[in-house]
This record gives sequence, structure tokens and C-alpha cells, in this order.
Amino acid sequence: MQPSFTSRPSTLVELREGEQGVLDCLDLPDDVSRRLMELGFVPGNAVTAARSAPGGDPRVFRVDGSEIALRCETAARLRIRPAPSAAAAD
Amino acid sequence: MSDCDRCTIAGVLQNRATTNGSGTRSIAIVGPPNSGKSTLFNRITGLRQKVANYPGVTVERRDGRARLEDGREVTIIDLPGIYSLTPRSEDERVARDVLTGNMPGVPRPDGVLLILDSTNLSRHLVLAAPILALGLPTLVVLNMADDLRERGGEVDTEALSQQLGAPVILASAMRGEGLEPIWRFLAEHGTAPSPAELPAIEDIPKCRAWAARVGQRASYQPPGPPEMTRKLDAIFLHPVIGPLIFGVVVVLVFQSIFSWARPMMDGVQWLVTWSGAQVGELMPPSVLRSLLLEGVWRGVGSVLVFLPQILLLFLFIGILEDSGYLARAALIADRTMARVGLQGKSFIPLLSAYACAVPAILATRTIENKRDRIATILIAPLMTCSARLPVYTLIIAAFLPERPLLGPLLGTRAAAMLGLYVLGFAAAVATARLLKSSILKSERSAFVLEMPPYRRPTLRSLGLRLLDRSKIFLRRAGTVILGVAVVLWVLAHLPLSGGMAPPIEQSLAGSIGRAVEPVIEPLGFNWKIGIGLITSLAAREVIVGTLGTIYGMEPDAGSLGLQQALRQDLSPAGAVSLLVFFAFAMQCMSTIAVVRRETAGWKWPLIQFAYMSALAWAGAFLAYRITNALLA
Repeated sequence: MQPSFTSRPSTLVELREGEQGVLDCLDLPDDVSRRLMELGFVPGNAVTAARSAPGGDPRVFRVDGSEIALRCETAARLRIRPAPSAAAAD
Repeated sequence: MSDCDRCTIAGVLQNRATTNGSGTRSIAIVGPPNSGKSTLFNRITGLRQKVANYPGVTVERRDGRARLEDGREVTIIDLPGIYSLTPRSEDERVARDVLTGNMPGVPRPDGVLLILDSTNLSRHLVLAAPILALGLPTLVVLNMADDLRERGGEVDTEALSQQLGAPVILASAMRGEGLEPIWRFLAEHGTAPSPAELPAIEDIPKCRAWAARVGQRASYQPPGPPEMTRKLDAIFLHPVIGPLIFGVVVVLVFQSIFSWARPMMDGVQWLVTWSGAQVGELMPPSVLRSLLLEGVWRGVGSVLVFLPQILLLFLFIGILEDSGYLARAALIADRTMARVGLQGKSFIPLLSAYACAVPAILATRTIENKRDRIATILIAPLMTCSARLPVYTLIIAAFLPERPLLGPLLGTRAAAMLGLYVLGFAAAVATARLLKSSILKSERSAFVLEMPPYRRPTLRSLGLRLLDRSKIFLRRAGTVILGVAVVLWVLAHLPLSGGMAPPIEQSLAGSIGRAVEPVIEPLGFNWKIGIGLITSLAAREVIVGTLGTIYGMEPDAGSLGLQQALRQDLSPAGAVSLLVFFAFAMQCMSTIAVVRRETAGWKWPLIQFAYMSALAWAGAFLAYRITNALLA
């Protein structure tokens, strides 16, 4: 995975509240990524950033109709691909 | 990262138990976390429940019995919440072993109740694949139907049933709606499911694609967003208001433990004293009477007093958990807890530990990361539990004159008490850091927390929870504490001299006190305190009763109050040292017992006991020396 976009968010942690991204891959140890996949963080799935803890970390993400809190350090390992509509508008 | 738990089925001793011949059917309840599994279990079994642990693991085993209309009984097994049957966590391994009939002592269930959250089917349906593949008769219960309906979701249960090859129903376990088919399922012998297709169950993306396909064919319409939850989160997770509410909740829990529980605790105390006096009147003075009153009544009574506190605490935790706020509290606390290497889910157990380490350790079950859980268990007893209060109160009152420090706000005694709370907390934080940077080091990123929608807690669920916890607590008071109380009484009354109990000094307890004197002398304690330290191994507050007994038995000190008597035997430096000793020492059989149970072995309780004893000795030694130097 080469970070090719500079302005567009490339990981979940860069999404602002209310923004959505499509998950591309999970750059995490096998057991953690399996656990996250079971909760809905599957490549191809849309993830929306929701609220966060008062300090800004951990953050809550909306996926498959449920809300899951992740620490920022974990969210930074979940890469997203630019939404197709955004790419077309480019 | 160690992954040692990945033992193969073949490696485990096979103890294949098939359907038992006695004719009692057993049905397992399976479902993902937050699917309402336990609510359904409580609905079906009511008060006929039994909680234990599966052998060799820390997973809670929860069995119950459901009584059918015709009077027959069915055993219901509530399996831990799981997302898959891939045996990676202990929970998943237990679920898999039970469902395949490989769990020693548990016959293979005759059927499965698969509970899925109907508002979250795209995710929950994934679990259906491995469960249906087991080939056991299965009833698929789409729970929280009320929520689905209210939020405008839909699903065609007929079509879903055809896809899965098993009956599917919509129900609400919390409201008790649509449960009749469950009772029918419990009564009859179902047939093995015949799903239209099943994915490769190891491959999560394929399983999800399958679930999406199945959901689509059943015209599943996911519900709209939970508006109420969003609105409440805007308040509870607000950058400013959120932490304020969190603070209020914490203070409320504290207040309930220390103030509101007080009248009830006094009531229990009165009841124990009164019933003891009644028993005393009924019996002529004899050895048996003395054993009953001074051993059993005093020993068990000193622990029963904490029941109201524990119940109140669990009532609060129950409300927080059932309402969904607990997950938000864990989220808010996570950053602070992360600084000492722990995580948000450790917060509530540690808060509970201010009442009693035993419920705190039971509350660590919500922490999935095993290392974080053990670290939390290990530091919980350093928090100032309420059993330390009688000890602190006695010593502070005996040695520290009350003087105002901050006007009427804070006096010297309250300040000393506060200082001891801070001391325990600091020791816990330092220990957590030490553990998490050494033997319990783990990846910090493992914190994953599902935020369930807010729900109104039901009295039924809260009541069952309280009943459950008090049963565990009372069982312990009735066994461990009772045993220790009796043993102590015997030691204090032997050897008999001329048919009479000897003076405490010449009793076996006295000899033991003298034997340990060399070890505790550097801390400023004599043999009498030594006996107190040994008896308080049962429970901290026992030392107060023991000292009372010891001084009561000494004719010379008999007329002096306990505080005065203490002042004769303990120097001011010795008093400080004793306080520090109690702040750190693991003087509590119940905690040791519950840690052994929860960690499934003697390793952790022994490490914990050794560590805390060493810390207590070293801390008391330093406190003694420093105070002496300061007072000289």
C-alpha cells in the first residue's frame, strides 16, 4: 500500500465526524484484524466516523448499523479507498 | 504476541459425552455479544439458574432449567457471547467444545437456540453459518423485534427460514413478545437444519457475502438509525457535559457505597448482634455456645455486614450495564486508563474495588483482553476496600487527635483517611505500570468496544442479577469465612487447662503470634498485633474483633477501652506502620479464593499474595523507620 493521496483521507483516523470511507485493508496483526472483521470492518464495507470520547480518543465508527469504538492508533491502521463518487469528481 | 491457547481438538482429552440417557433434554443458547442472549436465558429459566466455571478456563458456565407446560424440565445452557466458532478466544473454544460434545461433563446439546439481533442482521447473521453447519436442530430467534419495528426495519421470516433451512422467528426477549415458538421448540425433537447453501466458515469476507445474500433474499430492511441513542450520545459523549456526567455518576456510586449503604449495614449488624444474643440466651454457657457466638456469629457477621454495600454496588453496575451507559463510561475513561497501561473496561471493576475486591474481580469479566483482565484483577485489592475502614477508623481514632485542617471542611482524621485512599490508589497505579511493562505486556491496540443502543433497564433483569451476586457472596461467607472463624476460635481456646480455655497468651493462637513476632518486630508490632495480622488473613476487619478478644481476655487491660489498650501496645510509629501494612497487604481469603476461581489456578493468587505481602512489609518497615526518625 503506497500512500498516494495527500489531501484525501487515507485511513479511518483521518475521517472527520460524519464523513464516510470505504475500507480497503486492515494493516493489523491477524487476530486483531479478524476480530475487527467480525465486527464489520471488512474490506469493501462503508465506515462512517461518529462521535469520539471527550479527549478525541478513542473514536466511534459506524459500520453495518452498529457503533464500534477504536483507539486512534488502531483506526490509523485501517486504510480506506477514496469513495468512487469523490474519485469521479476529481 | 503469544497464541498458546490454540490447542487442537485432538490434543484435548476426549471425553465425548453424548445425549444423556436420563431423558432430560438440553438446549444451548448461542449468540453474539449484545444479542440479548442472557435476557432470553433469564426469561426462560427464571430463578432456576446455576453459575459455575468450565473446568480449566475462566469462562462462566451458566446453566438453568426451563419447566415445560407438561411438567417436564429442559436444561438450558447459556453459552458465552461469540462472533464465530473459530476457537481463538476461550469463549469461542468453550462454545465450540460444548456444541460439538467435547466439553467434559457437559452432554452434547439436543438443540440450539440461535439468538441474533434483528436490528443488526447483516453482522449477526454471519454466526448462523457455523452454527447451522453443526447439524443440530436449531431455532433462529431474531431478537429485539420491537426495536426493529419501531425503527422501520423489516424481514421476511418465512423466506429467511427457507434460506437457512431452519425455523426463524421474530421475538423480543426483553418484552417477552413472541416467545411461544421457543417453548414449542424446547418441547419437541426438531430436525437438523438444511440450509440452501453454506459458505466456507473460516473465510470472514465470504461468510459476510453469504449473510448479505441470505438477508437480501429474505428482503431484510435494516432499521433506521437509533435516533434516541444518537441524541443521548450527543449529551453523554459531549466534550464538556460528557465528562461532567461521568464525574457525577462516579460520585453517585461512591456516595451510595459509603452513605446510603450505611443504614442497611447498621441494620444487618444489629440483626447479627440481636440474633447472636437470642442464641446465647437459649444455650447454657458451654464450649459450644462460645464457639457459636465468638467464632461463627462474629466471624460470619463481620462479613455479612458488607452485603448491602455489595448489593447497592451491583444494582448500580447493573443499571449502568443494562442501560448501555457502561460502554460510554469505558470510552470516556479509556484515555486515562491507557496512561497506566490499562484500558477503559478496567475502570468500573476498579471503581467497584472501593467497596470490595470480590465483586470487582467478578466485574472484570467484561474485559476480553486476558492480560488486561489479569492486570486489573491483580491491582483491584490495592484499592481501599470497605473492609479496611473499620481498621483505619480504629487506629486513626486511637492515635490521631481530631483537629481542623481546612476550617470545618477537613479535619486531621479525615485527612489521614484520605491519605490512605491516595496511598492505595498510588500503589495500584504503580503496580499496573509495573505489570504492564513486564509480565503482562500486551499490544495496546486491542481495545475494541461495541457501543450498544441505550435501553431502559428492566427490574426483572436487575433483580436476577442482584440475586445471583448475593448467592455467590453468601456462599463464600458460609464456607470460607465460616471455616476460618471456627479454626481461629479453636486455636484461641486450645490447649485446655483444667477444662478451661487458656489465657490468650498461652493458647495456640498466642504461640503462633509469638512465633511470627521476630518477623513483624521491625515493623513495630508485638505478638498481639501478630495474632491480629494472622486472623485478619481471613478478612481485614477481623483484626478489630481479634484485638478486642485479646485485650478482653487480658485481665489487666480488661477495663481499658480498645483504643486505650492499643495505645499501650503500639507506638505512634507502629500505628503508622500498621496503617501502611493494611493499605498494601492482601488480608482477605475471599479475594484469594475468587482470584483463584477467576484465573483458573493458583498461580496468580499466589503471585498476588506474595507481591502484596512483600509490599506491605517493606512499606510498613519504611513507614516505621521514617516516622520514628521524624518523631525523634
